[in-house]
Amino acid sequence: MSPAERGSAAFEAIDLRRSYRLDGVSVDALRGVSLRIEHGDFVAIVGPSGSGKSTLMHLLGCLDRPTSGTLLVDGVDVSTLSETKLAELRNRTIGFVFQSFHLMGRTTALDNVALPLVYRGVSRAARRERARAALAAVGLEHRLDHRPSQMSGGEQQRVAIARALVGEPKVVLADEPTGNLDTRNGAEVMDLLARLNAGGGVAVVLVTHDAEVAARADRRIRVRDGLVEPEDGR
Amino acid sequence: MRTAEAFAMALDALRVNRLRSMLTMLGVVIGVSAVVVLVAIGTGAKDAIESEIAGLGSNIILVVPGQIGVGAVPTQSRLDLADVAYVRRAVGDPSRVTVSVTSGETVRVGRTEAFVTINGTDENLPNIFERPLARGRYLSETDVDTRRRVAILGAEVADRLFGDVDPLGRQLTISGARFRVVGVYATVGATFGVARDQEVHIPVTTAQRLLGLSRIQGIAVGASGPDQIEPMQRRVLAALADRYPGERFSAVTQTQLLGTIGSVLAMLTGVLAAIAGISLLVGGVGVSNIMLVSVRERTKEIGLRKALGARQRDVLAQFLIEAVLLTTIGGVLGILLGVGGALLIQALSPVPASITWWSVALAFGVSAAVGVFFGVAPARRAGRLDPVVALRTE
Repeated sequence: MSPAERGSAAFEAIDLRRSYRLDGVSVDALRGVSLRIEHGDFVAIVGPSGSGKSTLMHLLGCLDRPTSGTLLVDGVDVSTLSETKLAELRNRTIGFVFQSFHLMGRTTALDNVALPLVYRGVSRAARRERARAALAAVGLEHRLDHRPSQMSGGEQQRVAIARALVGEPKVVLADEPTGNLDTRNGAEVMDLLARLNAGGGVAVVLVTHDAEVAARADRRIRVRDGLVEPEDGR
Repeated sequence: MRTAEAFAMALDALRVNRLRSMLTMLGVVIGVSAVVVLVAIGTGAKDAIESEIAGLGSNIILVVPGQIGVGAVPTQSRLDLADVAYVRRAVGDPSRVTVSVTSGETVRVGRTEAFVTINGTDENLPNIFERPLARGRYLSETDVDTRRRVAILGAEVADRLFGDVDPLGRQLTISGARFRVVGVYATVGATFGVARDQEVHIPVTTAQRLLGLSRIQGIAVGASGPDQIEPMQRRVLAALADRYPGERFSAVTQTQLLGTIGSVLAMLTGVLAAIAGISLLVGGVGVSNIMLVSVRERTKEIGLRKALGARQRDVLAQFLIEAVLLTTIGGVLGILLGVGGALLIQALSPVPASITWWSVALAFGVSAAVGVFFGVAPARRAGRLDPVVALRTE
């Protein structure tokens, strides 16, 4: 079946390849990955380090472009998009959560969360309103004016999740979201992501090498040596 | 991203690195204030000299033999009093023509002596030059016709030789000959370094005999109005050319003198401004340098912003605005410092300083341009950073 017949998915990758040149030597990070992630899916991409899962993540997040192959994000072929359109796609369609949170150190939780809306031209008052709501959704309405250094790791990651959500994306991409957290905080963050997925219909794609974390997802995509292994139960 | 937003963001970033921002600005501050101060001094000097020339009197034409100009060889004068009479006829109004023979001589009163400029002139001098008397009278026609030994003293000469005593009617010796003081000029100050208060005026005929001269050095003609200057200049030159075919005479007007001096001083001001401009340029290089460091330091932040949807031009604008803010804030501080410095120089030293709006506007414009020019390269580098690489940077 062609993609058009099945309707647009959150992600549809067909024979994605990505190679890098390192010191003149070509390294194939991805060697022909095809996958489809539907809207509302909760997917874990798992694999050992060096398997290419981070590369895949960057391609899905439109932070990087494939060497060859086709990638449709929400039905749009990203190879047809300019640098500017790609930035807009990241801004509107995708929310990022990183392992090391990547919050702006000197900025309050509220302004950190509001940052994606700055690039959408949303007014300051409206931004703060939406950021407040997003922080409330992750249970941090009492931490609006705190800076990252004044919060625990778990709280910081929840701020990052609020930031990913504030723009009402279709997909949240989370790169090792629990990697820098202890078990309890990690579990809380996973609960939050699961709740988002279940309640808001947002597709959640997380990259992890933690089997326990991966077990929380509805689907697991295993990457090994730049290729996707056949999935269980499909 | 909205423009106001971008400015707020840039200001924030500068505030975070307050010390570094200020040190970076310092180069621009120094450059801009140097431009403002040096241009103020140059302009002040020009204004002062121009007002001195204007203070000589109005509508004056100076006629001298030979050619006037930078590097011109001084010409032996061939003009004498007969020529002056001839010029008077050509001008039509004899009272508008006066004459000058000058020489440096020692004057003596008792044991007090002074080295002064003796100027042999005539009764028409006050018709042409602005030379108010403090006491006594000007030279008269009879003084000139009968070669009287009478003198009018410049204010400073009178003060040096007579002190508190009233010099009127008293005797003094010029090169061994006795003269009687008939007048004292009011203080007028110096023009072109010619200390007019240190002059002694005597009748031109007396001066010729005293100095053993038959020639005169120059003729001054006063035109009846500003629009008469040029026709008069032409008429005098034509008359002299008729009388002495093949010889050159120059007739310089105040306007021409002002023009020449003005252009020389404007050039000087320009050179000063250019030197100051170099320091502004160095300040700009400093800005560029710091912006590059800043881009490198904030690579991760840039990567994050891009991941969250910042376009290349958003990031470029952010860094460019930072650079321009650095230089324009520096520019404003430099202007304040420069204006303050110029006022201080004006108040505390004899150097005149005149602040011109164009130097202020130029300094500000140049500092903004420096920001754009030196900010573009770092800002482009920031804008082009690959988000994957940038995010991975620790």
